[in-house]
Amino acid sequence: MNNILTQIGIENYIFLCVVLFCIGIFGVLYRRNAIIVFMSIEIMLNAVNLLFVAFSTYHQDTQGQVFVFFSMAVAAAEVAVGLAILVSIFRNIGSISIDNLKNLKG
Amino acid sequence: MDTNLALVLLLTPFLGFLINIFFGKSLGKSVSGIIGTLSIVVSFIVTITLFLQINQTQKAISIDLFDWIQISKFNVSFGFLLDQLSILWLLFVTGIGSLIHLYSISYMHDDENMHKFFAYLNLFIFFMISLVVGSNLLVMFIGWEGVGLCSYLLIGFWHKNQDYNDAAKKAFIMNRIGDLGLLIGIFILGNLFSTLDFTSLETAIKGATNVDTFWLSIAALSLFIGACGKSAQIPLYTWLPDAMAGPTPVSALIHAATMVTAGIFMVTRLHFLFDLTPEIQTIIAVIGGITSLVAATIGLVQTDIKKVLAYSTVSQLGLMFLALGFGAYEVAVFHVITHAFFKACLFLGSGSVIHGLHGEQDMRKMGGLKKAMPITFWTMLIASLAISGVPLFSGFFSKDEILMTAFHHNIPLWVVGSVASIMTAFYMFRLMFLTFFKEFRGTEEQKHHLHESPSLITIPLIVLAILAAIGGLISLPTNSWLNGYLAPLFAHAEHEEHVLGTTEYILMAIAVVGGLIGIGIAYSKYISKNEIPDEDAEITGVTKVLYNKYYVDELYDSIFVSSINALSKFFRDYVETGIAALVFGFGKAANELSFQGKKLQNGSVGLYLFAFVLGLCAIISYLFLAQ
Repeated sequence: MNNILTQIGIENYIFLCVVLFCIGIFGVLYRRNAIIVFMSIEIMLNAVNLLFVAFSTYHQDTQGQVFVFFSMAVAAAEVAVGLAILVSIFRNIGSISIDNLKNLKG
Repeated sequence: MDTNLALVLLLTPFLGFLINIFFGKSLGKSVSGIIGTLSIVVSFIVTITLFLQINQTQKAISIDLFDWIQISKFNVSFGFLLDQLSILWLLFVTGIGSLIHLYSISYMHDDENMHKFFAYLNLFIFFMISLVVGSNLLVMFIGWEGVGLCSYLLIGFWHKNQDYNDAAKKAFIMNRIGDLGLLIGIFILGNLFSTLDFTSLETAIKGATNVDTFWLSIAALSLFIGACGKSAQIPLYTWLPDAMAGPTPVSALIHAATMVTAGIFMVTRLHFLFDLTPEIQTIIAVIGGITSLVAATIGLVQTDIKKVLAYSTVSQLGLMFLALGFGAYEVAVFHVITHAFFKACLFLGSGSVIHGLHGEQDMRKMGGLKKAMPITFWTMLIASLAISGVPLFSGFFSKDEILMTAFHHNIPLWVVGSVASIMTAFYMFRLMFLTFFKEFRGTEEQKHHLHESPSLITIPLIVLAILAAIGGLISLPTNSWLNGYLAPLFAHAEHEEHVLGTTEYILMAIAVVGGLIGIGIAYSKYISKNEIPDEDAEITGVTKVLYNKYYVDELYDSIFVSSINALSKFFRDYVETGIAALVFGFGKAANELSFQGKKLQNGSVGLYLFAFVLGLCAIISYLFLAQ
C-alpha cells in the first residue's frame, strides 16, 4: 500500500482531487442540463472521497476509509432520490433544463 | 339537618334564577313569575323555621361546608353563620322579597323580558342571602359583589334607554369605589389576625393585648368606606337617586329595603371592631347625620315621585348610620326593619300610581288620585305616617330611639337628626298631597284610564302597610323584644337601658311635634294655598340649588370624571400613539427588508447554484485566511 503512495506521492493525489472538484464546480455552474449538473455533483463528491482514502492511507488510519463507505452509501441514496425528482420534473414540464425551473421565484 | 336547611335556603333562589334564565322564555310569563316567587317563598319558610329554632335555643348555628383557601397559617373556610342577626336580616330579605316578587308578577306583566327580570331578582336574593349568612368576610364579599352586579343589571333593565344604562354604570362604578375600601379593610384584618372568620375575629380582636390601634382604625375606616358605597352615604350617595331608573319593584327591594342596608349589616356584624375605634365611630355618626340632613333638603323640592322616595331612603340610611356611630346597633337594626316595611310599601305604592298613570312619574301631573286608587292611597298614607314618626306607627319608635341615642351622646347631631325628621315629614306629605289630593292635573286621556291596580299589586301593599303600622311592636321603649333577641350578640358591648324619664318624654314630644309641624306646613302649602311646584324652567334661588341636588353630580363630573377623561385622552392621544408607532415601526421595517430580500429569490436555479458555490469559496477562503 505504502508503495503506491511513495511511488506517486501524496501531492499528486491532492492535485488530482482539487482538479476533479473544480471540474465538478464548473460543471454545476455552466451546464444547463439537470442530469449533467447532477453528475458534476457526483464528481465533486468522489473527489472528496478520493482525498479521504488517500489521507487515510497516508496516516495509516482506517477511519477515513470507513467514512468513505458511509458517504458512498449516502450518495447512492441521494442519487436514487435525485433521479426520481428529475423524472417527475420531466413528466411535469417536459424538460430538465434548469433554466425552466422558475417555480421557486419569490 | 341544619346544613340541608341552610343549603335549601340559599340554593332555591339560585335554582329559580337558573330555571328563569334558561327556560323562562319558553315557560311563559305567568309560570316564570310563579317560579320566581315560589323560590323565594320557600326560602322564607325555611328562614321562619330557622328563626323559631334559634329564638328558642338562643344558639348560633355555624356551618362549615368546605375549606376554601389555605395558605400556611391563613385559613378561610366556606361556611355560614346563622345567628340572631343574620336570621333577622333573612326574615325581611326573604319576606319582603316574596311580597315584591308577587307584586312584580302583575307590575311587569307587559314587559317582554319578564323572565329575565325574575331571573335577576332571584339571583339578587341568592347573593343577598350569601351576603347575610356568610361566616367570614370573604363569603360576605361574594354576596356583596353579587348584589352589586344584580343592582347593575336591574337598574339597566330597560337597556334601550341610554340614560338608564348610564345610571346603571354610575351605580356600579360608585359601588366599586366603596368595594375597594371594603377589600382594603378585609386585607388589613386578614394581615393583622390571620383570619377572616367573624367569630375568630371577635375573639382575636377582644383578646389582643398589644394590637396596633392605628391599623385597626384604618381597617375600620376602609370598611366604613365600603359601607358608604353600598348604603349610599356622603360622598358616595349620588348613585342611589339615579338608580330609580330601574323598574319600581327593584327600587323597592334593592334600593330601599335590602341591598342598601348591607352596609349597616356589615358594620353591625363587625361591631367589636368599631367599638374599639371611637374616632371612626364619630366619623360614622357625623357622616350619617350630614347625609340624613343633606338628602332630606334635596328631597324637599324633587318633583319625581320616585326621586323623593330615593332621597328619603338616603336620609333614613343616614339616620341608621347615626345610630351605628353611637354604638347603638340594636337601634339601627330596628330602624332597618321598620324602614324596610314602610319604604317598601311607599315604593310599591308609587309603583302602583305610576302603573295607573301609564308611566307618569312627575307629581306635578298627578293629583286627586284618592278616589281612583283608594287602596294605594290608604296604604301609602299609613307608610307616610310611619316614616314621619307619628306616634304608634312603627317609624315613631325606631326614629325616636335613634334621636334619643343621639341626644345622649351628641346634642348637635341630635339637632341635625331632628331637623332631618321634620323635613322627612314635610316632603312625605308633600308627596301625598300632590299625588292624591285636589284635582287631577294630567291629560284627559290619563284621567279616563285611571283605575286601582289589580289585587296582585294591592295585596303586598296591604301586608306591608300593616307591618309598617305595627312593626314598632318588636321593640317598645319599655319592653323591647328585639333588644332581648339580639342581646347574645352584643353581650359584651356596653349596653344602655333607656329609662323613660322626663327628658325622654320631652324628646319624644319634640319629635312628635316636629313631625306634625312638617305635616302641617305641607298641608298649608299644598292643600290650603293649593300650590303646585314650578315647572323646571321657573325654579329659582335656593330651590333651584336643591332641585339640582346641590350640583354634586356636576361637581363630581368636573373634578373626577372630566379629569379622568382628560387623563384617558392624554394616554390615548400620546402614550398609545407612541407605543403603536414603535410597534408598527418594527413591523414596517421587517416588511421592507423582506421585500428587498424577495428580489434575490428570482427562481433561476443557476443563480442559486452560483450563490452556493460563491458561499462555499468564501467560507474556504475565510478558513485559510483565518489560519
